[in-house]
Amino acid sequence: MSDESKEEITTPEEFQEAIAYAASIEQDTADVAGVAIAESPDETMSDVLADWWRRVKVGDLGSLPIIIGLLIIAVIFYTQEPLFFSPRNFVNLLLQMAGIVTIAIGVVFVLLIGEIDLSIGFVSAVAGVGMTLLLRLDGPALPWPIAIGIALLAAIIIGFIQGWIITRTGAHSFVVTLAGLLVWSGVVLIMTTVYSTAGTIVIQDETVIGIANDYLPPLWGWVLWALTTIIYAISRISRYRTQRRQHLSTGPITLLILQILAVSLMTGGAVWYANQDRGVPVVFIIVLFFLLLWTLIADRTRFGRYVYAVGGNQEAARRAGINVNRIRVTVFMITSFMAGVGGIILASRLRSVDTATGGGNLMLNAIAAAVIGGTSLFGGVGFVMSALLGGLIIASVENGMGLLGLPSGVKFVVNGLVLLAAVLIDALSRRRRESSGIV
Amino acid sequence: MADAPILELKGVSKNFGAVQALARVDFETRAGEVMALVGDNGAGKSTLIKGVAGIYPFDEGEIWIDGQQVIIHGPREAADMGIEIVYQDLALADNLDVVNNMFLGRELTSPIRLLDEFKMEQAALETLDSLSVTTIRSVRQQVASLSGGQRQAIAVAKAVMWNSRLVILDEPTAALGVAQTRQVLDLVRRLADRGLGVVIISHNLHDVFEVSDRITVLRLGHKVALLEANKTTQEEVVHAITAGALSFVPGMIEVEE
Repeated sequence: MSDESKEEITTPEEFQEAIAYAASIEQDTADVAGVAIAESPDETMSDVLADWWRRVKVGDLGSLPIIIGLLIIAVIFYTQEPLFFSPRNFVNLLLQMAGIVTIAIGVVFVLLIGEIDLSIGFVSAVAGVGMTLLLRLDGPALPWPIAIGIALLAAIIIGFIQGWIITRTGAHSFVVTLAGLLVWSGVVLIMTTVYSTAGTIVIQDETVIGIANDYLPPLWGWVLWALTTIIYAISRISRYRTQRRQHLSTGPITLLILQILAVSLMTGGAVWYANQDRGVPVVFIIVLFFLLLWTLIADRTRFGRYVYAVGGNQEAARRAGINVNRIRVTVFMITSFMAGVGGIILASRLRSVDTATGGGNLMLNAIAAAVIGGTSLFGGVGFVMSALLGGLIIASVENGMGLLGLPSGVKFVVNGLVLLAAVLIDALSRRRRESSGIV
Repeated sequence: MADAPILELKGVSKNFGAVQALARVDFETRAGEVMALVGDNGAGKSTLIKGVAGIYPFDEGEIWIDGQQVIIHGPREAADMGIEIVYQDLALADNLDVVNNMFLGRELTSPIRLLDEFKMEQAALETLDSLSVTTIRSVRQQVASLSGGQRQAIAVAKAVMWNSRLVILDEPTAALGVAQTRQVLDLVRRLADRGLGVVIISHNLHDVFEVSDRITVLRLGHKVALLEANKTTQEEVVHAITAGALSFVPGMIEVEE
């Protein structure tokens, strides 16, 4: 394939404009290419493919294992139970993954600085239970924005306290947050049993219940699709344009168009399929919002850059004048905050909280999601979207096994094996990368 | 030699408890020259550059920059005065690419406080280009995938990006192979040719003679010789390093020359 191959692509109408525009950019730069710098040659489509294949061969697999893993999961469950692919189950899957993906976004950050937070499960429960108590009509009966605000503030403060202890004393985050896990599980138990001997408290606010139980009308689903496609296309095209203008090397225009098309088709397909059933869950907008927000912060702000630097080489970060401890404390606050948001989503989905809230394998699933999605446990390597990819895998496996009616014991075993497979693929590809000189 | 030296130390001393790491040492570097700083382990080389870097203050003595006496309170202040130090361990973040490493801690941002990757990439390319660093395939590759010489080049390029006037290199060739050493020494020479003052610390006298204009020899915290590279021999330098008479006191060197 070469650059000319773009003529061969059959493009839907809505993208013809984009192509015409992109072609005009190429024309523009061709005019100045003679005078411009020749030092940064643009990659062609074949360069990109060759480069990608070369990286795969030396073990730099990228998202490939996740895509293959998802395919395997889909095939296995579909052959066992065709309902796995029904629109109804698809919407269920979106609902099931919302909480875990949200918590996993925070986990990505704490893993990026090379630390761990084991308290996230019960911190999410503190937020969920706290909000529920504040909403009680026979209690404080606060309006929902205030109840949610206080619950999230509590989560942020917990993150600050834990982060502060870790950075001030040099104690390992594993131990400090393990203590946090115990403390906050006790607090959840106290909070749920003080107000109700049964230990179950029902959420008494329709808006809060709606967070994880309402659906977008079909039309709004399509508006959401159009918005994501437009935002994605604009960001990619403007990036391409700036690179051209500043004579920096760019990828092939064909790849750019293919990527925009793929994102558009995938989100469009998801919206279409969800609309066959109840529609796109409202909670998915919240998840999407946080995914985009934190991706922007991680990739495009100084803070995000410093998070990666601290995870990659703390000494280098310190010598570069970065306040390493401030970054670390802030990251623990982010992780707790996202756990709090996840806790509210989970509480809303169940419409109530009880003594078991935040327990089970919630924390391990959230950490597993981040790791399966491609964020390294050793710091400095990972991306926010890995929370979505890993969460999708975990939720698919749980969902599929639920459909098959497998007993809990089998579910745990399978979940464990999926995590093991993800970690093994990562470790083996890392070893291969090292032996070939690419780390 | 009408101009004042870029860096001039007058009689600096530093004690760590009972140990005298530096004893009334004079030192200077001029624009456009490579000054080598040699000496055995424990001679006081690192103490001297750390004092200049602002990591700790000298106990006595004066620091003059461009003919003006200054007091350096910390690494940031040293950087603000145009002093950049490339440490032996380079302090690069392996997981970041070349551009991000070169701008670490001093990122350029757009008006809405987002990183301006394009401007940074361009500035990085220009700096590498001006230093004739051509061995790096792409400035968007991770530093982890670079060779030792390439990493050294990035660390040096990072140091000269900020209108620095004095670059101090701590053992820049210690871990490098022959070809890579060649590249780094060429790079050091180009820095001086650009009008910067360069201080190079090295144990490798071959490298020292190849790249430096003058050689300051420290021994046990004393300055025992200041030699011009093209008027001396390796034997003379080795002799100064191992047996330089400690009776030399600062101020006598001019007499000797």
